[in-house]
Amino acid sequence: MLKTFPRGGVHPPENKLTAGNPIEILPPPETVVIPVTQHLGKPAVATVNKGDKVLVGQLIARAEGFVSANIHSSVSGTVSRIDTVTDISGYKQTCIIIDVSGDEWLSDIDRSPDIITEIKHSPEEIIQKCLDCGIVGLGGATFPTHVKLKVPAGKKCNLLIINGVECEPWLTSDHRLMLEKGEEIITGARIMMRALGVTKAIIGIENNKPDAIAHLSRLLNGANDISVQGLKVKYPQGGEKQLIKALTGREVPSGGLPIDVGVVVQNAGTAYAVYEAVQKNKPLFERVVTVTGKSLSKPGNFLVRVGTPVAKLIEAAGGLPENTGKIISGGPMMGKALANLQTPVVKGTSGIVVFPAEESQRPQVGPCIRCSKCVSACPMGLEPYLLMSLAEKGLFERMKAEKVTDCIECGSCSYICPAHRPLLDYIRLGKTTLFKMMREKSVK
Amino acid sequence: MSHTILLTVIVLGSVGLAAAVILYFVSQKFKVYEDPRIDIIQEALPGANCGGCGFTGCRNFAEALVKADTLDGLNCPVGGATVMADVAKILGKEAVVSEPLVAVVRCQGSYEHRPRTSAYDGVKECRIAHLLYGGETDCHYGCLGYGDCVEACQFGAMYMDEKTGLPVVIDEKCVACGACVKACPRNIIELRKKFKKDRKIYVSCVNCDRGGPARKACKVACIACNKCFNVCKFGAITIQNNLAYIDSFKCTLCRKCVTECPTSAIVELNFPPRKAEEEAVKETLTQK
Amino acid sequence: MSSLLTVSQSPHIHTGDDTKKLMRGVIIALIPAFIASVYYFGWGALIVTATSVLSCIFFEYVIQKYLIRGPVTITDGSAIVTGLLLAFNLPSNLPVHIIIIGALVAIGIGKMSFGGLGNNPFNPALVGRVFLLISFPVQMTTWPVPSGFKTGYADAVTGATPLGVLKEGIRNGEQVSQLMNQIPDHMQMFYGHMGGSMGEVAALALLIGFVYMLVKKIITWHIPVAVTGSIALFTGILWLINPEKNADPLFHLLTGGVMLGAIFMATDYVTSPMVPKAMIIYGIGIGVITVIIRVYGAYPEGVSFAILIMNAFVPLMNAWIKPKRFGEEVKNG
Repeated sequence: MLKTFPRGGVHPPENKLTAGNPIEILPPPETVVIPVTQHLGKPAVATVNKGDKVLVGQLIARAEGFVSANIHSSVSGTVSRIDTVTDISGYKQTCIIIDVSGDEWLSDIDRSPDIITEIKHSPEEIIQKCLDCGIVGLGGATFPTHVKLKVPAGKKCNLLIINGVECEPWLTSDHRLMLEKGEEIITGARIMMRALGVTKAIIGIENNKPDAIAHLSRLLNGANDISVQGLKVKYPQGGEKQLIKALTGREVPSGGLPIDVGVVVQNAGTAYAVYEAVQKNKPLFERVVTVTGKSLSKPGNFLVRVGTPVAKLIEAAGGLPENTGKIISGGPMMGKALANLQTPVVKGTSGIVVFPAEESQRPQVGPCIRCSKCVSACPMGLEPYLLMSLAEKGLFERMKAEKVTDCIECGSCSYICPAHRPLLDYIRLGKTTLFKMMREKSVK
Repeated sequence: MSHTILLTVIVLGSVGLAAAVILYFVSQKFKVYEDPRIDIIQEALPGANCGGCGFTGCRNFAEALVKADTLDGLNCPVGGATVMADVAKILGKEAVVSEPLVAVVRCQGSYEHRPRTSAYDGVKECRIAHLLYGGETDCHYGCLGYGDCVEACQFGAMYMDEKTGLPVVIDEKCVACGACVKACPRNIIELRKKFKKDRKIYVSCVNCDRGGPARKACKVACIACNKCFNVCKFGAITIQNNLAYIDSFKCTLCRKCVTECPTSAIVELNFPPRKAEEEAVKETLTQK
Repeated sequence: MSSLLTVSQSPHIHTGDDTKKLMRGVIIALIPAFIASVYYFGWGALIVTATSVLSCIFFEYVIQKYLIRGPVTITDGSAIVTGLLLAFNLPSNLPVHIIIIGALVAIGIGKMSFGGLGNNPFNPALVGRVFLLISFPVQMTTWPVPSGFKTGYADAVTGATPLGVLKEGIRNGEQVSQLMNQIPDHMQMFYGHMGGSMGEVAALALLIGFVYMLVKKIITWHIPVAVTGSIALFTGILWLINPEKNADPLFHLLTGGVMLGAIFMATDYVTSPMVPKAMIIYGIGIGVITVIIRVYGAYPEGVSFAILIMNAFVPLMNAWIKPKRFGEEVKNG
């Protein structure tokens, strides 16, 4: 019996068109737009000025505060300006715009193809490296990795989980990475195990990727510190709390973090980035992005420099199809629709999905028929129908009592609702309003 | 037959009587003393329960008024000075006259002025669209146009102009309760001093982008060129975050800034057609 | 690019199932029972069903268009389902004008007066049915004997239902074992060869519909199992105590509206609870009340009343019974 999480979940069509496409390297574009906020937490502060010459891998914005991350240049060239540009958030954010010339890397980055599996660094050094290299969670939430690797005082960690689930339909970037950089991911996992001081790690992979499971198992070759666990396909298995539940049976308490049950979860892509940072001294300035969609002529997986406009990626995948209606950054369940093709790729961009116009519009909303499908689909045991009606009426305090803050915004409720009700739209409204109210209270 | 009727009357009558007696004693026993003035003041208040005073409903406001030592800071925007004078009389306290205000929508980004650059599909509510992204135009500060403010207005003082896609305040109906100000997720609506004949001069823009992008997104955006700031003799204009702002309490309605503004972001409303400039100055002086 | 990009919140995909498809699924699930009732009751079944469905659609249309002056949503199929279920709860020889009154009450009072689909606290078809039962007790309890197309609509031969025979007999002090000789055996009842409302008789056909709805994930098992389980348990206890005064559990499950009620009426989305735990409580409530009415009440049958009574508790259950939240009770191993 394959494991999965017990409560809720849905089965969207997988559409993993690009699972068989090897990662292609996309050359740097003419200009890159690098936002100073590519992570959860405080924006980084720019350390370069207009006219400065930068090299690939050079620090251009420094982490500000504890929960923040360094930003490095992904290209070599000249800083043309620092300005506000619309980024993935849908709003204008401070960005560093660099005109590219050549492709000159910082000399201390190890560009050799050799795989270094021997880990020489101490836990402190590893955490420092992650901070220096601006490593963040590449699964989508982009939480700074150095923060996650530091176990808070009074908490104990005894398990590292490497998240290779990739439960979002369409996306295959982690899948390809596990197939092509398996050795590096395993080393990355071992590096993080040392930083956390744990002796056990599990790599969780859904069984729609049997090749990745087989490949990693073969590489591990019976090693007893890391195991690979196949999981029954169900969305949102890639959610931290769902994955922990599926693999260990432990349940992260409401409002708590994985560390409360002694677990740290890191994405497979993050493990690769950690490997590169610690063993190869390479900051996080490029990542694998799946560019896909039924209407694209050459969908694929690309290794892309951060700051590359989305338009370049679509060009590489065969150009923008005539009837495109929607472009999503991320997967179709949790990704953000883009208003502008010039939006830059950031550290958290796992995929670009192109939808034709006829699949881009939401159908007409009907009345709630109280079918309770949203309740059974919710992986967090919430009642989306109730939360939506409370949000419509502005009863945010009651939403708090109904645990709206536990919502992981996986979208299962809106996905399954037969009346096409915008459940998640209203739940998000409730969540953000509540968080704003709480912040205001704590300021007082 | 008559016997049955008699019995029914006796039984029901006695039950009713007993209940009445019990009710009387219970209500005597559990009586809570309330200042009788609260009721009188509540009568005097407009009873709109709009919350414009900052309290939940007129009753709470009446209680606060009775408790308060001075009426300073307590104001019913709906009733205005007359109601507050009545209240002061009832309480035997001094009336504090507060300036009447009116809601002003600070955005001119009509369909004509702001080209659409994307199509929003989802719940047609500003508060939800605002969470998602900057909006259908490249101005990420201006009006989204889904009418949360109109929905919030209890006095029918706002409507959506179908031609421009922007909300409009009906000055005569606006009581400055501030519900629209709270409803707008982008802080576009502001309560400003109400001048005679509803005359208004204000910067009708909230775009904090640099001049170039702001102008590109909207033809009538404030580009923070400082021209209005330089021409204002009364210190009413400040420029912050690439945006000019006119303090309505310092403004004398001299209208100089309006002619200076290169993008028509400063709006004048309800003024007679322009005369020679000197005369205009005279008029403002007589008004003072 | 010719047109602007669409921007909306995630998720950007959908199952593709909508209200219309769900209603269509329920209608498909009702087809076996409909075929069975046509087989047993002939013209009567056809006339009653057609009248009921058409008048439900008609009243929904008229009310939405001329009374509420809102959008007309008769195409969502919910009026058809209400019409079918109402018809299934009526005797197959009911005069047409009574059926029309029932449809008006079901749609007008049962559904539209609360704001239409999704807002009605009580199952509309049952509101219509119970209204007719109280207003026209004679016509509503005159059950035709299954005779297919051999008899016409108005001149159908009538007789008592098994439950009616049982109630009357026990009241007259007869033994259950004697009464059982007057009614069809269990196998015949399973196929539906007995008197009763036109749609409720054929347990087999209703079960086929149940399986279809389970496979298509239109309903979950909770409510039907809770209803039938509690009826079987409760009547089983009574039967064990005194088999001469009480009928066996299988008899209770196969007669009257238990199957139709448990599978189609109690599972109505709008009027049933949202959380599985509450669904089971709701189902048990229906089962227990049904048996109480059947054994101790004045009416021989009580499924309709039981469902309506439990409908009234649904808002309360939704407010009080919450799903188990993730991370609510921490048990770590």
